[in-house]
Formats: sequence, C-alpha cells, structure tokens
Amino acid sequence: MRKYILTAAAALALALPAASFAAEAEIHIPAEKWSFNGITGHFDKEQVQRGFQVYKEVCSACHSLEYISFRNFEALGYSEAQVKALAAEYEVEDGPDDNGDMFKRKAKPSDKLPKPYPNEKFARSANGGALPPDLSLIAKARHGGPDYLFHLLRGYDEAPADMKLADGMSYNKYFPGHQIAMAKQIEDDKVTYADGTKSDADQIARDVSAFLMWTAEPKMEVRHATGLRVIIFTLLFTVLAYFLKRRIWARIEQH
Amino acid sequence: MANTAPAHPTHAGGAAGETRRDFLLDMTVATGVVGGVMMVWPLIHSMNPAADTLSLSTTEFSVAGIAEGMGITVLWRGKPVFARHRTAAEIEAAQKVNLAELRDPAKDADRVKKDHENMLVLVGVCTHLGCIPLGMKPTDPRGEFGGWFCPCHGSEYDTSGRIRRGPAPANLEVPPYSFVNDTTVRVG
Amino acid sequence: MTNATEKTTLRKIFDWHEQRLPIVSFIDHAVGTQYPAPRNLNYFWNFGFIAGFMLAVMTVTGIFLAMNYVAHTSMAFDSVERIMRDVNYGWLLRYMHANGASFFFIAVYIHIFRGLYYGSYKAPREVLWWIGLLILLAMMATAFMGYVLPWGQMSFWGATVITSMFTAIPWVGNAITTLLWGGFAVDYPTLNRFFALHYLLPFVIFGLVFMHIWALHIPGSNNPLGIDVSTKDKIPFHPYYTVKDAFGVGVFLLFYFAVVFWAPNALGEVDNYVKANPLQTPPHIVPEWYFLPFYAILRAIPNKLLGVIAMFGSILIMFVLPWLDTSRIRSATFRPVYKWLLIVFMLDCALLTWCGAQLPEGAPLILGRIGAAWYFLHLLVLTPVVGWLETPKPLPASIGEPVLRPAE
Repeated sequence: MRKYILTAAAALALALPAASFAAEAEIHIPAEKWSFNGITGHFDKEQVQRGFQVYKEVCSACHSLEYISFRNFEALGYSEAQVKALAAEYEVEDGPDDNGDMFKRKAKPSDKLPKPYPNEKFARSANGGALPPDLSLIAKARHGGPDYLFHLLRGYDEAPADMKLADGMSYNKYFPGHQIAMAKQIEDDKVTYADGTKSDADQIARDVSAFLMWTAEPKMEVRHATGLRVIIFTLLFTVLAYFLKRRIWARIEQH
Repeated sequence: MANTAPAHPTHAGGAAGETRRDFLLDMTVATGVVGGVMMVWPLIHSMNPAADTLSLSTTEFSVAGIAEGMGITVLWRGKPVFARHRTAAEIEAAQKVNLAELRDPAKDADRVKKDHENMLVLVGVCTHLGCIPLGMKPTDPRGEFGGWFCPCHGSEYDTSGRIRRGPAPANLEVPPYSFVNDTTVRVG
Repeated sequence: MTNATEKTTLRKIFDWHEQRLPIVSFIDHAVGTQYPAPRNLNYFWNFGFIAGFMLAVMTVTGIFLAMNYVAHTSMAFDSVERIMRDVNYGWLLRYMHANGASFFFIAVYIHIFRGLYYGSYKAPREVLWWIGLLILLAMMATAFMGYVLPWGQMSFWGATVITSMFTAIPWVGNAITTLLWGGFAVDYPTLNRFFALHYLLPFVIFGLVFMHIWALHIPGSNNPLGIDVSTKDKIPFHPYYTVKDAFGVGVFLLFYFAVVFWAPNALGEVDNYVKANPLQTPPHIVPEWYFLPFYAILRAIPNKLLGVIAMFGSILIMFVLPWLDTSRIRSATFRPVYKWLLIVFMLDCALLTWCGAQLPEGAPLILGRIGAAWYFLHLLVLTPVVGWLETPKPLPASIGEPVLRPAE
C-alpha cells in the first residue's frame, strides 16, 4: 500500500510543475492539427514550400531568418540546382576585394538569407521604434509555438470599445497585452501559390506557421525517426533485462 | 555492463534452466553493448566537419593581377592555395623533366588546365608534415628546382610543384578547381 | 591451439596485471560479487545507480558539446544554433544534455527521498549523507552555470538574479558579486568563467561520488526495514543488483528518451530561444523546474537577506538532519506518525515547486509562504518532537523474520 502512496506522491510532485507551465499562458491558444504532431510527425514539404513563398513575399520585408542558409532548402525537396538558382536571386555583400572595397555579389547556397535591415537601430527606425523579431526560432520562442503563430496572424480584430490603442498599434486577440506593432498582413489571396493551392487567409497563415516550425526545428523529422529506433531498442534491452532479472532472482526468492 | 559478463559463470551454479539463462544473459549483455556502441557513433560523428563547414568549400579569386613569375596565396578550407603565374622558362623546365626520375611521377600537363598552362594552382601544404613551403615571396628561397622549399624539413619542389628532394613523399596537391573565365579561378 | 591454453594465457596476463594493480578486484569489491548487499532492497534503491549513469551521460555528451560551443557573448547563442542545425547529431547531443540535467535531478531527488523515508541518513551513515548533500550542491552549481551557457534571455536573467543574491551579504556583498561577474554586470567574463567551472565541476562530482560509494561500503547498504542485516541475509551485488539496475536503467531511459525525442523543449523555457538582451528582462523569470522549491522559499520571505538565508538554509539544514531526527528507528515503515509527516513533507516540496513557477502574487505567494513555513517547521520542530513522542511499531529481528511477510 505505502508503495502506491509513495508512487502517487512522486507522480504528483512531478506533474504539478508540468501543469503549472501549461497554465502559464494567460491567453488560451487553440491547438491546431499539424503534420508534424505525433510520434512519426513530419513536415508536409509542399506546405513548408508554400510557407516559404509566403515568407519571401510578405514577411521578409521586415523579418530576418538569420540562422537559415540557402543550402538548408534542399531539405524541403528543392534540388541543388534549384537552390543555386534561388540563391542567385539574392545579392549579398562580400569583401573586401583586392582594393579593400566591399562589393555585392550573387548569393551562394552557403550564404545566409540576407536580412531586410542592416542593423537593429535601422530596423527600429523603419518600424516606428518596434523591432521585427528574427523568425528563425520564433516557433520555439513563443508559448504555443506554431499554434500561436497561426492564431496571431489570424487574430487581428477591432479593438474593444473600452480599449485605447497606442499610436500605430493594432489589436490582436492572441498577442500578450493585445497591442501589437505589426499591422495585419495576412489576407485572402495575399500570395498566389505556385502549386495552385487555394490561397485564403487561413491557408496562408497555416503554411507560413508550418514553415516557421521548420526553420526553428529543421531536424525534427530525423529526431522522430531516430527516436523511434532508440525507443524500440531500449524496450528490447529492458524486456531482456527484466526476464534475466527474474531468472537470476528466482534462485533466492524460492527460499 | 562489460564487466558483468566474465564474472558471471562463477555464480551461474548448476541449476536447471542454465542454457536458457545463459542465452538470456548473452542477449542482454549483447543488446546493452550494441546500444552503447550505437551511442558512440553520434559522439564521434559530431567531430566530423559540420554542414556549414562542408558548404563553405569553394573560393573564387582573380588571377588577372599576378605578374609573370609571381604568385598569390588565398585561403580555401582553412588552407593556403598557391596560384603562381609561371614564366616560359619555368614551364619548359617543368615539362622537360624525365618522369622516371621523379619520386611521385606526374606530367606537368596533368597538373594545370589546358590553355592556362602558365597558371599553376596548388594546395600550399607540404606533403611531409603540413608546413607551408616558401617560394611565394620574391625574397623566398625556392630550392634547387625553382619551385618551393619547405623550411621545416627541407623538402624541395619543382616549378610544377612536384617533390624532388627531401622527406616529403608526394607532390604538392592540385586542388579541384576551374577557370570561371580567363581571369577568375574557383577552387573547390 | 586449444581454447583451454588460450584461456590460461589470458588468465596469466590478467593475474600478472592484477597483482600489480588490482583494479578488477577493486571494482568487484565496489559493485561486484564481493559487495554483499541486503537481499530486500526495493526498486527505490535503483536510483543511485541511475543517477551515476546519468552523470556519465551528462559528462560524455557535455564533452562533445564543448567541442562545438563558443563561450563568448557574441557567439554563444549562435554556436548553440550551429550545434542544433549543422553539427552532425548536434541536436541529439544538446537535447540529451539539456534534458539529461532534468532526469539527473529526477533520479537524485527520488534517491534523496528514498534516503529520507528509510532513514539512510542516520547512524552510522551520516558522512555518507553529507557527501550526498555535497553532490547535490555541486550538481546545482553545475546545472545553474550550464543553463547560462546557451546565452538566451533566461540564461542571462537567471545568471543576473542568482548572482545578485550575493549582494544580500552585508558590507561585502557588492564586492563579491562584482568578483563573480568579473565586471559590473553579467557579461563575457562571467560567461567564460561559468563555462570553465561548468566543465570542471562534474569531475568534482565524480570525486564525490567515489567518496560516496566508499562511505557506503563502510556500514553497507541500508534497506527498507532499516534494521542491521546479518550476513545470511545478504546477497552479492553482482549479479543480483547489477541485473536489477540494468533493468531499472532501461525503464528510466524509456522515459528519458521519450522526452528527448518527442518533447525536448517541454521542460525548458521559450524565452531561452531568444538571444540574451541586457536591456530587457522577460516578463516572467523562472529557474529550471528542479530549482523551483528553493526559488519559492526565496520569494516567500519579503526581506532580501533573510530570503537568501532561508533558501540556502533549506539545503544546509539537511546536513544536521541526522541529529534533528531524534528517533533511532531508521525506516519510516515502523514509524506510524513520521511516515505520514514525510509524505506531507514531500507534498509540501511539490507545492513549493508549483509556487516557484507562478508569479509571486496572490494565492501562489500565500501558498508559497505556508509551504516554506511548513518546510522549516517539519525539519526543525516536527522531526525532533515526533522522534521523542512517537511509539514505533515492533522491529523484526531480521529480514527473514515472518513479521514482514504479510506486507509483501
């Protein structure tokens, strides 16, 4: 009996803090269905490619992706040639050359994606004092992750009558404090998808959220696959050890 | 885990079911050892070049400004790459050598690009123990064969970068490279 | 060549070496056939071995992470991202290391509660208990400094808040804090020395673990009955407990791997994926879960110096527990009142953990104060008093005695 009490108490001791983390976010963020949820969760490559298109055409005007290089897009199913062509669409600064001058050249697959602003001060002054955060890790850096990103992008609304918005701010149901410096960006047909997918606002927000989950956790698929193998192997070891233990202990437990 | 195996037989006793127990023991120990070994690979592999290191493997540079008889040194994969603009006499000397005399026989024509025979591109690392041979500055000693001289242990290379004397076993390596245009070389 | 002669040759080489350095006999005496352990140890006794196993996992993954980590404020965060994205299996090493810390603490906390419940800290095991507490303190220092290394927002502000505790010391507090920082705020000198110490301390822990096992072997293992065990009730550690520990490690690893591979960020804080910014404190500073009870005690007291004293005191007080507990009965199984008191104490620690994660206002603050008060009341008052007043159940004379049969 006391074993069960102890076990229950131990479980409670471990579960309580976990529950408290969940309770921390004050705004309820509904959970969405994602292809990367679950034990064998994986990225829907077409969706992530569409999301990249959204980033390129909409978000990249203000938000950087500082940890992403062009070469990373090969993981999304682009060929090496496509990645080279994609990189060549961009110009990056290089140098100094033999005369000591910096120069512009076409980007290579090993280059990082160019940032929209040269530095933080510039970014702030271009955005009324607000700093558009880098998006590489945003899906891991906010409570709710991709669910939050999706609802944030769709959460713009009229401010309640009793709320006074500061200058240049927008009302958003899901942003902590409800006043967000980013204006509403995602609307129906904001982008035209190359693969012909219907581009309503929900779809756009969903795709770009999936893309940002990929930029934050590009190794997720290999992690899930590795994990499955590791768990099965550990389970095998544990079962073997259990039977070996029973067999060896049988010698003394008979007494 | 490894320690458990040899000590076991002293305790196995002569009880019935011994065969099965030993099989179980072997399986369990084997699984544990294999699991441990499988965990070693990610550790070792993490020391291999990372994806960003591998992707930075090309370097482009201009050879337009190199005067005859002179050379430049550029960095590629953390190593120096020599590009020397050879004189007609140096090219002739390199081509005339009797291959049978060489420690590491190689034709000069195979060590340069066709129609760019005047431009010799080499990894500037001595094949003995990795020092950088002298010979890129006008004041440097170039050894008896007019190419490069390694100050560490005295290896001498000719005007094709081939080993001629000293402890080095092989010629200076020719990196994978190509001419993007007449004056631009891309290494890697 | 026959198998038999081969064995004798090997045996000769083995014996030759063993005569000069008896390392195999040494291990055999420590955790092998020559260490007699009570035969009634339950599964709570697995956690010492599991903790040692996690120490090895942490050290090995840590060494390889260190090869790719850069301890400078301008590059630390980026180098961790490089580990996650570009280094081969870097994501695996980092997630194993980050979550390994949590699972190391889970194992150690269960190990400690086992010691509390079965009275493993009492005579003649006081020094064993002390060394265990030193291991806990060294682990806490290591974990804290390790958490600073990724140089996220929570790293930076955690480092700032914890090191600022030393300013509470009268007169010399500011000087000590400046010394710890190597500057006037947490900055690159701080980060660099934290990295050096984070790499050093695990080896100190290894040394302490060695002494812990040494101290264990003098009286031998305690057991669920808490009684002294006669030789006939002892069995060799190997193969009985090695195989049981192998099974225990397997089960523990299943939980560990489930988190590493499917919820690697569940125990972390989202703010640590934002690069450290000395100009902006995150809205809600919380330490890692394993520090939360102590953090709750710190915040329960509305006085800076007293709060810090209470927090450090909550652990230091454990050093005198062998004398605060006035009962001579080791196992709580035979102490009808103290047993429930301990379970309440454990729930109290869980409550403090919860409070530590909440904003320090309203109900969590009140509950935190009650919890902190109970923590000290339990150790300083209830433990000695119950020891005096309680009537224990009769102890069995030996493990084999039928008194405990019905319980099994």
